[in-house]
Amino acid sequence: MLKYMLKRLLSMIPTFLLASILVFSFMHLMPGDPAGVMLGDSATPEQVQVLREAMGFDRPLYVQFLRWFGGMLQGDLGNSIFFHKPVLRVIRDRAEVSLFIACLSMALIVLIGIPIGMVSAIRYNSVADQTFSAASMLAASMPTFWLGLNLMLIFSVVLGWLPSSGFPSVVESGNLANLKYLVLPCVTLAAPNSALIIRLTRASMLDVLREGYVTTARAKGLSELGVTLKHVFRNSLITVISVVGFTFVGLASGTVVTETVFSLPGIGRLVVESVLRRDYPMIQGVILIVAVAYMLINLLIDYGYTFLDPRIRIT
Amino acid sequence: MRSFVQALIRRKIALAGALVLLVILALALFAPLIAPHDPMGLDPTVRLQGPTARHWFGTDHFGRDIFSRVVYGARLTMVCGLGVVLYSVCLGILIGMLSGYFRHVGFVAMRLIDVVMSFPPLLLALALLAILGAGLSNVILAVGVTYLTRTARIIFGLTLKIKEEAFVEATRSIGSSSLRILARHILPNLLSPVIVQATFTSAFSLLNMAALDFLGVGVPPQIPSWRNMISEGRVYITRAPGVLLFPGFFIVLTVLSFNLVGDVLRDKLDPRFRDQFSGVRR
Repeated sequence: MLKYMLKRLLSMIPTFLLASILVFSFMHLMPGDPAGVMLGDSATPEQVQVLREAMGFDRPLYVQFLRWFGGMLQGDLGNSIFFHKPVLRVIRDRAEVSLFIACLSMALIVLIGIPIGMVSAIRYNSVADQTFSAASMLAASMPTFWLGLNLMLIFSVVLGWLPSSGFPSVVESGNLANLKYLVLPCVTLAAPNSALIIRLTRASMLDVLREGYVTTARAKGLSELGVTLKHVFRNSLITVISVVGFTFVGLASGTVVTETVFSLPGIGRLVVESVLRRDYPMIQGVILIVAVAYMLINLLIDYGYTFLDPRIRIT
Repeated sequence: MRSFVQALIRRKIALAGALVLLVILALALFAPLIAPHDPMGLDPTVRLQGPTARHWFGTDHFGRDIFSRVVYGARLTMVCGLGVVLYSVCLGILIGMLSGYFRHVGFVAMRLIDVVMSFPPLLLALALLAILGAGLSNVILAVGVTYLTRTARIIFGLTLKIKEEAFVEATRSIGSSSLRILARHILPNLLSPVIVQATFTSAFSLLNMAALDFLGVGVPPQIPSWRNMISEGRVYITRAPGVLLFPGFFIVLTVLSFNLVGDVLRDKLDPRFRDQFSGVRR
């Protein structure tokens, strides 16, 4: 068990190294001189030269990479060109909203998606199943920003129930009521992603329901609820857990759009602003952090598998 | 083909999806004949109107006819969808087949694909657009990368399986070259999963491109597209909800139709690979 876990951890190293090289090359792939692009058309050649030397762009590529990589391992991702502050500090300042949105949406997705998926599978082909299937198909086909704008129009503008934009910090003010600013963003983000979980839970439970051991459990007189919870749900959990990984990708992409729609000061909006401002160190930093987070989540998911299904450890 | 049409007719909702796609294709092809007004024609006297007999879907903040802009917007949607599918599927097949057939190529290619897949698609596209700059072809390129890796992954797995089959062994034993085996024997067996993958790729790439346009890094705003109509009009949603509702409705309709048709295709062509497609979605 420990050997498997260690092996899996070590297998992350090459992926991480390649990902860092890829992220690093982003800055150097663009046409022209990075310093020139950062300063814009109005910069004088002297200004460009000063920035080149300050950023170390005049050194050979591998030296630049090693310096950047070494700094990164010590938690230094460089300085943002726009904010004139360390990239990591800017990300930390913006992390609160994004973390709240991610956790609350994930909770919504799991709480809505898994039960509905289970009901759909157990009541296969019933009216309920068909209604849920149609609804989840529709939710998966909606652009996030369109859904968000519509919810904003209905619940903020017409009904006036919820605030439409912004987010006063919960941590600084200690006021949990501020979370109401996140209701619409979280629903917007959860809707298309729950659709995915509903479909996957339903599909994996249907597969398990056809297994021989389920028939055996029924034949020995176990109640339907007992069969469902003890045999079917537990065995379909493997697929469902892997969905958490996909959902993370969905959330990371979704927050970029949702934070822009609802004008929230989070990491997603930071990426868009940095792209529009061409703040390359910032883009590099955020993307690398998101990729590392995704790798770590996948690692945890793989560990989760081994606890649920011992066969995976052996193979 | 005939059995696919039969399956479509049996699943009426999917048939509706296929018909919607045909209608949107017709809108795109015959836009100048269908649109009643010039999609760029400004008329400040009729700004932000609701639906009227003259302007069926109302007008936007410049007094442009929303219906005509929706009709012309179908062109860009089709071009983008087709562009991403063609580029990601063709390259995906090539990379996937070579990686599955030649073990060393496969080892290197799959590690690279792992890395690309560890970035969320929208963030990767944003980063690529920051380097490449905005523009239609760059958007197609940036969004397609994600689907390219996904197609390559699926094709890699299938090629690995197919190359062990007896008929491939037999062809090799009579001295066929690798190129011939790949082109004549492996490729035809990959076509059905590729068609299924292409339908879902169209659906999800449209959603991703819509998001990019909305964020202001996609297709330049002067080309009428459903996405930037929403993006430009969102300031006026309280005065004229039509600027938000109609273009958005068409995006949902298109993506939904691709999904519905994709589901039937998958069930019909490839029940064996069901899980692979229902899994990774965006």
